[in-house]
Amino acid sequence: MRTIHYDDIVKSVKNMIMHTATNLPEDALKALKKAYEEEKSPVAKKVIEQLLENAEIAKTEKKPLCQDTGLAVFFVKVGQDLRIEGGTLKDAINEGTEQGYKEGYLRASTCDCFTRENLKDKIGYNLPAIIHFDLVEGDKLEIEYAAKGGGSENVSRARVLAPAQGKQGIINFVKEVISEAGPNPCPPIIVGIGIGGTFEKAAISSKHALFREAGSPNPDPELDKFEKEILQELNNLGIGAMGMGGTQTVLAVHIEKNPCHIASLPVSVNVQCHSSRHSHIEL
Amino acid sequence: MSNTYHLTTPLSEEDVTKLKAGDIVYLSGTIYTARDAAHKRLVDLIEKGEELPFPLEGAVVYFVGPTPPKPGEPIGSAGPTTSYRMDSYSPILIKHGLKGMIGKGKRNQEVKDACKEYKAIYFGATGGAGALLSKAIKKAEVIAYEELGPEAIRKLEVENFPVTVINDTYGNDLYEEGRKLYEKKED
Repeated sequence: MRTIHYDDIVKSVKNMIMHTATNLPEDALKALKKAYEEEKSPVAKKVIEQLLENAEIAKTEKKPLCQDTGLAVFFVKVGQDLRIEGGTLKDAINEGTEQGYKEGYLRASTCDCFTRENLKDKIGYNLPAIIHFDLVEGDKLEIEYAAKGGGSENVSRARVLAPAQGKQGIINFVKEVISEAGPNPCPPIIVGIGIGGTFEKAAISSKHALFREAGSPNPDPELDKFEKEILQELNNLGIGAMGMGGTQTVLAVHIEKNPCHIASLPVSVNVQCHSSRHSHIEL
Repeated sequence: MSNTYHLTTPLSEEDVTKLKAGDIVYLSGTIYTARDAAHKRLVDLIEKGEELPFPLEGAVVYFVGPTPPKPGEPIGSAGPTTSYRMDSYSPILIKHGLKGMIGKGKRNQEVKDACKEYKAIYFGATGGAGALLSKAIKKAEVIAYEELGPEAIRKLEVENFPVTVINDTYGNDLYEEGRKLYEKKED
């Protein structure tokens, strides 16, 4: 049985948070550069140019890419043959989150739902983190992290369709969500779609779909084709960068599919702004 | 089609009526930050007939909740937040002299109507460009509601802060017009 110490997890989480806040990942950068090349609207092109310049400034001056440094969202795979020493895994991730957000001069954005009071002094700086655990084979610890901003979460939606609505029903729903969102989620966006499972499984899958390398092919050829079809439909909406009109509204569509109940077709759409700040470590 | 202007705050009626949706404006001078919670307090003060923490006449308000500044910096990352959350408050401020708002995302009809009736502009700044935009902010000082943290009202000194006119004083909307130009209808 392999052992990892609590303090090592805290340190790794802290470092990944601070690094991700100021360094736009390579996949997001590549997708933005491609959008810049292909954009037909001069106004939208200028916006994408600002985004690329922003990424450069953030990196060299170690300044957060965006003032909304998000809620800290984690997908964690824990090997069954791994033992955590010195504290619980959940506490370690939360402590790393607090340290990373504080030391990185990132924004504390968690608040009480009703009073709207910031929870930095009551629970902890930008705590609690949103953590999804999965127990897997082996003795490794895999942590995926994303800084998830509010603007793009606010336009995300889930709906349980009737099975007869099928693929066309899914396309219609996704188009409705993105069309209504318009400029609000900071396009060009990445669209995560969770299909199947139960109501909450679809939502979690749509979130996890956003962690895939932007624009990488879906390993399932049928889903890959479906992603490209939806991407085309969404770009036909003409929303463009920051909603000012243009051809490049969506950088990528990512789908995760699960078996579902014979009576239902759950679909969830989770939107990611262009500042797709995510990272991955294995301990 | 689109013009570029350099304007200094406070904005006059003459300044704002020459602007059209799609124009690019570089703003200099003093602007004030306010998000949801601060807006609620400002509107409460107006309703009670009390004095506001800054003069509204010709003022420009920026919807932003910056990251904490590092030592030696005037401000942290400071891009716009989504504006619709301020929709229920903005018309009252516009009626009392506000001439400009900076944010991102759609406004409702009441805000657009107020911009037309009382001559005010809704400017869009590039969301997610907080590091870039912070370079145009030379000074920042909390002037009210410090306890709100990122939501406190800050007085900012800006130089050539880059914005685009979304809603002008003639009822035009760049989001609607821009999208129409690039929308592909199904056959």
